[in-house]
Amino acid sequence: MEFKDYYKVMGVARDATEAQIKKAYRRLARKYHPDVSKEPDAEARFKEVGEAYEVLRSPEKRAAYDRLGSGPRPGEDFRPPPDFGSGFEFSGAGPSGPGSQGADYSDFFESLFGRARAGGRYGAEPGFDTGAGTGRGEDHHAKVMLDLDAALNGGTRSLTLRMPEIDAQGRLSMRERVLNVQIPKGILPGQTIRLAGQGSRPHEAAGQQGSAPAGDLYIEVEFQPHPLYRIDGRDLYLELPVAPWEAALGATVKTPTPGGTVELKIPAGSHAGSKLRLKGRGMPSSPPGDFYVVLQISLPPTSEEKAKAAYRALAEAIPFNPRASLGV
Amino acid sequence: MPDERYLTGEIFEEVSALSVDDLTRIVAVEQKRVFEWVEEGVINVLEVEAAEWRFSGDQLRRARIALRLERDLGVNAAGVALVLELLSELEQLRRERRIGRS
Repeated sequence: MEFKDYYKVMGVARDATEAQIKKAYRRLARKYHPDVSKEPDAEARFKEVGEAYEVLRSPEKRAAYDRLGSGPRPGEDFRPPPDFGSGFEFSGAGPSGPGSQGADYSDFFESLFGRARAGGRYGAEPGFDTGAGTGRGEDHHAKVMLDLDAALNGGTRSLTLRMPEIDAQGRLSMRERVLNVQIPKGILPGQTIRLAGQGSRPHEAAGQQGSAPAGDLYIEVEFQPHPLYRIDGRDLYLELPVAPWEAALGATVKTPTPGGTVELKIPAGSHAGSKLRLKGRGMPSSPPGDFYVVLQISLPPTSEEKAKAAYRALAEAIPFNPRASLGV
Repeated sequence: MPDERYLTGEIFEEVSALSVDDLTRIVAVEQKRVFEWVEEGVINVLEVEAAEWRFSGDQLRRARIALRLERDLGVNAAGVALVLELLSELEQLRRERRIGRS
């Protein structure tokens, strides 16, 4: 098991005060919060920081952690000492504070402080029982990354979701569940698929099992980058390379679209960055989005003498200073 | 007939107008929190004059972001409203830059 240096994760000294630790946490949380951060590994870093804070903010956990020293030498395996945590009383019912998303902690954390026992359901307030009063099962929330083609064509995808689950003894564990889902055609990034009845069943203790409906599952959708298209709301963008003469003289060229290859008319006098709109050929939502082709001028290779001669002829024929607007 | 090996869902934002109770239940917060969010402009009501408040489905996402930011960063509702506004402005700028560059 890998030893985690929580002080290093937080970027604070081992003798940092509570206030310094809190300040460091807030700074890192602002930087890596998945809702605001564009850092590529934001989600993983945010979890790591949340876990470090969970330990260092609690005087008992921090003291117990400090007794481990600075960990094994690099490459050495870490095993928690058998007497770990003895003499310390950990307050609270397990992690439920900031950053405890779905109580998804590292093996290192769990080997020291056990698995989470309550709280920490992603997005919910600790202790807030949504099923109370109605007898209805709890709703679940998840977020998935889909390929754009799933939304363009409305195919089926098998989604793996990790769900915290509380067993009869009140222990919390992560359960993996695979769902085969028909992706609604035209779903947009940030939208949610609702699967009725795929949340929790009502609590047994409520004595209403069988009659009360199960909760729903809400899946928030985001898309992986597509090799050709870029999505913006319901519109799709494609960068289409054209030859200089195609842009200058106009041409009809083949272009890929989600609905298949089409013949696209490039008007004469087009330039790099010119946008052509194909109405209604964007995301197949209701209403459908538009498809934009953004022209890119691609220069032909000039390795051959014939090509060089053609360029020289062009230079002679057209006196042209592309830097005129710069005043030089 | 739908294939039974696959679960078929609906796009929540397109089919639903949410009541205060729906939002309270789905996001798992107290009602007063929802009122506070409306007050500060974190989430928007479809028709302010209506006898009963309804929310479009896309407000669910804003509410869930608000909940996470309040919990993880210690911002209040007014701060969340500002963050959401700046985020959409940033998104807009990134988009324009990408399109302008190509």
